[in-house]
Amino acid sequence: MGAIKLTTPLKNEDVERLKIGDAVLLNGVVYTGRDAAHKRLFELLKKGEDLPIDIEGQVIYYVGPAPAKPGYVIGSAGPTTSYRMDPYAPALIERGLKGMIGKGNRGEEVREAMRKYKAVYFAATGGAGALIAKSIKSSEIVAYEDLGPEAVRKLVVENFPVIVANDCYGGDLFEEGIKKYSKR
Amino acid sequence: MREIDYELVVNKVKELCMDANYNLGSDVENALKKAYETEESPTGKEVLTQILENAKIAREEKLPMCQDTGFAVFFIELGDEVKIKDGILPDAIAEGVRKGYTDGYLRKSIVDDPTIDRKNTKDNTPPIIHLDIVRGDKLKIVCVPKGGGAENMSEVKMMRPADGLEGIKDFVVDRVRRSGGNPCPPVIVGVGIGGTFERCAMLAKKALLRTVGEHNRDPRFAAAEKELLERVNNLGIGPMGLGGRTTALAVNIETFPCHLATMPAAVNINCHATRHKEIVI
Repeated sequence: MGAIKLTTPLKNEDVERLKIGDAVLLNGVVYTGRDAAHKRLFELLKKGEDLPIDIEGQVIYYVGPAPAKPGYVIGSAGPTTSYRMDPYAPALIERGLKGMIGKGNRGEEVREAMRKYKAVYFAATGGAGALIAKSIKSSEIVAYEDLGPEAVRKLVVENFPVIVANDCYGGDLFEEGIKKYSKR
Repeated sequence: MREIDYELVVNKVKELCMDANYNLGSDVENALKKAYETEESPTGKEVLTQILENAKIAREEKLPMCQDTGFAVFFIELGDEVKIKDGILPDAIAEGVRKGYTDGYLRKSIVDDPTIDRKNTKDNTPPIIHLDIVRGDKLKIVCVPKGGGAENMSEVKMMRPADGLEGIKDFVVDRVRRSGGNPCPPVIVGVGIGGTFERCAMLAKKALLRTVGEHNRDPRFAAAEKELLERVNNLGIGPMGLGGRTTALAVNIETFPCHLATMPAAVNINCHATRHKEIVI
C-alpha cells in the first residue's frame, strides 16, 4: 500500500486530504495520553483552566508504554483501546485536537466532533508494541509524572504506521470493513 | 515428600513472566502466517504483516510483544507429595512476578483499590492464582499474562437450560460481534460451559491455554468449536476490526457438570498474542 507521509502539527487541509482506509506514515511530535491523563485534562477544560500542553493541531496517542530497556528510547508502545477515552475526546477536539491514535471503534459523539471540528482518528496495530517503538525517536514526560505509564509524554516519531479509521467526512472503516467482508 | 526450594520457584516464575511476554507461541505464529495467506482484505494483510514482524523483533531483542504485559494469571497443578521449602507457594509466585516484571522491563499494570484510588502497586502484584492439587511429586506452573483490552470484552451469562447449545453459540458469536476491534483480533475465544458462576468464567480462561488447532475431545463440542470459528470469521470484523476474513484463530470450549437448574456460559477473549508459557518442576 502506498502510504501518505504526514507531519504534525496537522492543519485542516491535512485532515481534509485523509479518507478511511488510507495508510499514513506519521512524523513529528505526538503526545501520549490515556485514561487517567484524559480525566485530568477534561477536568481542567471543564473548569476553563489552561492545559499543561497546547493541543492545537496536535495528535494524541492512546498508549501507556512499557519501561525502556537500557539503550532504548522507550519500551513497547502499542495502542490501547480508544472507547475508554470517548467521554473526554469531544471536548479536546473542540479545543483544537486534530488527531487521535488508538485501537477499536469510536462512539457517535466522538465521530460527530470529528466531523464538526475536522479531526481524524487513526488506528494503529494493537499488540505491535515492539514494532511501533522503533518509530519513536525520543520520549520525554511533559505532564502528570505521578501517573507512571499513564503520564503525558511528548514523543517524536518517524514514519509511525497508522491507518485512517475515521475521517472528517463521517467515514468509519470499522463499519465499512465489516460490511465488505461479512458473510451470512 | 519432595521438597522444592522457594527460591527455585521464584526464579522459574520470573523467567516464565518474561518468556511469555517476549516470545510468541509457535502455534499462534503458524496460525497467523496461515491467516496472512487467506486474508482477503489488504488492510487486514498489512495488520497481520505488522503483527508477525512485531513478534520477530520482540523475540530477537527480548522486548515485550505488547506494552500491556498483563495481569499475571497462573494455573498451578501442585502434586500432593510436594512441599515448598522455606515458604509458601503463593508468596513464591508473587515474588517471581515482582522480579520478572521489574528485571524484564515489563509494564506494571495493576492498580490497588479498583474504584476510588486506583493506585499502581508498582510491581504488578498481586498475581491471580488458580490452584489444583493433583497426585504426584511435580509442580506445574502455567503463566498467562492477560491484557486488559481483551479481558474487557469478556462476559458470563447465566443461561436457561432451555437455551441449549444453540443458545450458547449465539451468545458467543454475539459477544465477539459486539467486541469488534477492541480485543485486538484475530483473537482466541475461550468458552466455558457449566460449573457454577465463578467456575464457568475460569473454564473460559482455561480454554485459552489450548494449543491452536487442537479441539475438545468430545466430538460434539469439537464440532461446535469448528462451527463457531466459521461463524465468528463470517462476521467480517477482521484484523484489528478494520474489516477482513480473520477475526479469530480458534474457538475453544471447556465444559464442567452443572446444577440441574442452571446452564452458565462464559466467553473470555484473548488477543492475537495469546500469551501462555508453562514449566514443570
